[in-house]
Amino acid sequence: MEFSYDVEGGNFAKAGNAASSVKKVLKQLNVDPKVIKRIVVALYEGEVNVVAHAYKGKVLVDIDTDRIYIKIEDEGPGIPDIDLAMQVGYSTASAMVREMGFGAGMGLPNMKRNADKINISSKVGEGTIVELTTNLSS
Amino acid sequence: MASTIKVRQIAELLNANVVCGNEMLENDIKCAFASDLMSDVLTLESDQLVLITGLTNMQTVRTAEMADLDCVVFVRGKKVTPEMIEVASENNTVLMECEFSMFRTIGVLHDAGVNPVY
Ligand SMILES: Nc1ncnc2c1ncn2[C@@H]1O[C@H](COP(=O)(O)OP(=O)(O)OP(=O)(O)O)[C@@H](O)[C@H]1O
Ligand SMILES: [Mg+2]
Repeated sequence: MEFSYDVEGGNFAKAGNAASSVKKVLKQLNVDPKVIKRIVVALYEGEVNVVAHAYKGKVLVDIDTDRIYIKIEDEGPGIPDIDLAMQVGYSTASAMVREMGFGAGMGLPNMKRNADKINISSKVGEGTIVELTTNLSS
Repeated sequence: MASTIKVRQIAELLNANVVCGNEMLENDIKCAFASDLMSDVLTLESDQLVLITGLTNMQTVRTAEMADLDCVVFVRGKKVTPEMIEVASENNTVLMECEFSMFRTIGVLHDAGVNPVY
């Protein structure tokens, strides 16, 4: 099964639409709630990163019987130093983003912890691609 | 110290207005966490958790949905919007509005024996 969702930069109210819809699908597939939580928390953090740090993006989700693959791709400033961005507490979030409830520098490390596999590639001035793969059986 | 507390007892102790999730009032809560930063909340692994926050927007309700939070208490008299109620109701999240400050809310629940996450 494949799904795709658009993500608007700056629009916090809509962040989570993809994660919410994926959660419903995984529930219907009777995936263990603990596994669902790991997947949708990581996806939600990814959506929020596009909203908070990029201009616009797309979420592609591919679900098969034993794994979920998620690709979060954006047009934005890119991440100059991915290792630094992955560190707990590192954040360039604006005051506006913090007022919206984000910007603790926890998102990327939390995505890494919750996914079985994470791959991040980024080009400064162009955008960022985050790929998450997780097994559906617990 | 009580090891669990009912959602209804939390509402009574805080003199809070339950805006949605009245069907879940008899559910048990095991621990509490207080934060206005949702990415901190999204790192928690506990079940049966109440979140105490001053952040009243869709992000709080979405965070509750993704992290499977049972109950959210909005402090300092912050008001919940109809859109928040709609999403929270879909996901069986109890939302409460409380007039107390964050500090007082936490103090009351702590005195009642509600456990911290860590
Ligand atoms: N899609 C992206 N485009 C550009 N920069 C990004 C993107 N995602 C993350 N970053 C950069 O990496 C930093 C760390 O990201 P991370 O998600 O860990 O924390 P945060 O988004 O700042 O705060 P939090 O996720 O805790 O709300 C960000 O502050 C930003 O500088
Ligand atoms: Mg983030």
